[in-house]
Amino acid sequence: MAVLTPTSIDTAALRADFPFLEELVNGKPLAYLDSASSTQKPRQVLDRVRAFYEHEYANVHRGVYRLAERATEGYEGARRTVATFVNAPSERDVIFTRSATESINLVAYAWGLQNLGPGDTVVITELEHHANFVPWQFIASRTGASFRHIPIDDAGELQLDALAGLARENSIKVVAAGLVSNSLGTINPVERLAAWAHEQGAIMVVDAAQAAPHRTIDVQALGCDFLALSSHKLCGPSGIGALWGRRELLEEMAPFNLGGEMIRSVGLDRTTFNELPHKFEAGTPAIAEAVGFGAAIDYISEIGLPAIERHEHELTVYAMARLEELAWVRVFGPPVERRAGIVSFDVEGVHPHDVAQILDWDGIAVRAGHHCTQPLMKRLGVAATTRASFYLYSIAEEVDRLVDGLHKVKKSLG
Amino acid sequence: MSEFEQLYREVILDHYKTPRNHGLLDPNDAVAEGQNPLCGDEVTVSIRFGEGDVIEGVGFEGRGCAISQAATSMLTDLVKGRTAQDVALMPKEELLDEIGIPLSPVRLKCALLGLGVLKVALHRSKGTPLPEEWGPSSGYISVE
Repeated sequence: MAVLTPTSIDTAALRADFPFLEELVNGKPLAYLDSASSTQKPRQVLDRVRAFYEHEYANVHRGVYRLAERATEGYEGARRTVATFVNAPSERDVIFTRSATESINLVAYAWGLQNLGPGDTVVITELEHHANFVPWQFIASRTGASFRHIPIDDAGELQLDALAGLARENSIKVVAAGLVSNSLGTINPVERLAAWAHEQGAIMVVDAAQAAPHRTIDVQALGCDFLALSSHKLCGPSGIGALWGRRELLEEMAPFNLGGEMIRSVGLDRTTFNELPHKFEAGTPAIAEAVGFGAAIDYISEIGLPAIERHEHELTVYAMARLEELAWVRVFGPPVERRAGIVSFDVEGVHPHDVAQILDWDGIAVRAGHHCTQPLMKRLGVAATTRASFYLYSIAEEVDRLVDGLHKVKKSLG
Repeated sequence: MSEFEQLYREVILDHYKTPRNHGLLDPNDAVAEGQNPLCGDEVTVSIRFGEGDVIEGVGFEGRGCAISQAATSMLTDLVKGRTAQDVALMPKEELLDEIGIPLSPVRLKCALLGLGVLKVALHRSKGTPLPEEWGPSSGYISVE
């Protein structure tokens, strides 16, 4: 049954940009429903990276020859693109990192070690990705700070009623939350959390890895202090991410990685550090990857984040309606109005690994596991879930194939 | 034979749906528990010894995918009546032959979880050698 929902973007045209859609898996066309894990890459990004290597490549920030200038311009141009993408007041406050995970580690180490101690509290959420959970748990234990969480309700939404109690009992210094839950698709009220964090005198750290590919991000409107981004989740290369930070905080922080490029002068007795953003970028960075990151942002920005968001929403509405037809499938997470393009579910009596295995034989790629959110899985009372997630190239026909595949799963193992 | 029949062949489904030696022994002489953090499979194995370190009884509990649970069930049948020392040195191929299906590297970890946990229980109670690949720092079986 191929039911086509009206879409806000011309998916047929867009799909032609993605060479991976021509892949056959097991002799069947690929239905890639794992974009929350990582996204596929359009020709525009692949071509830009290739052209950069062929015509503009050298190390950055050093050579006086023309090629080095061109490479530096490519790299710094990508930084400006990222800054504009999140509405940062200045590109000097955008630091390239290896990933959103490294961005958060940078803040946890560089800000946390310097500012946290016994009596202080770090607050995270119960549905946090391990990337915004484990670094804080670790740094809290290293510094003697307490580690608390904002609980969720049965629908996977933050219980904001708990905030007052947390504030009464603790001296909160850090609030860390994701904008969109990678497991459930829950859209967290980060503006509200940021305002609350500032009332407590705390900093607000936002993991936007799962949100930035799908909705407009504005660090000034969010009112956060740090925001972590990933390239590979928005059609860009892997191995590169970014951190935006508030200037005053970045200036006060000691460096995270040390080495070449991040210094101003080095002597046997003392070393001084470079200005922002270079203070936080030790060593030769992922140059071509940064350029590809910029090209990916250009690509999705041209399609338009609001249009992408609308397309995914329509697809999610459709997917949830179709899964609702299956009495033996339980969908986790919030109602579709407060959910991004992610649907996590359980097939009665069948382990998610077996679900994913059987779907794979029909060329349907879904994720099975704990999605790097073990505390959340514990809260839901499951060891793992099966997760389908969408992006700009996803279509209703793939949802239909998923549902057909689930019937097969149920028949064979359920 | 379809892919489904290759991987989930009848004997696997039978062990998955009707596990042998299910339930922990009480009293017992050794217990160990392990997880496969990759996909959240869990297995706990308990053992009771008879004369001369012979495994007289073995019982397990767990939750996880069909492969992990069926493989552990098959394993319990395989080790009963053998000595701790014999089972500790049992090569993984012996169990894999019994399972008899092609396994990708990821699914291999599911299939070998129970064997790793069993060897940890033997190690704890009888001091038998613990193959490094199933040690506490193995990376995929975390033993508590």
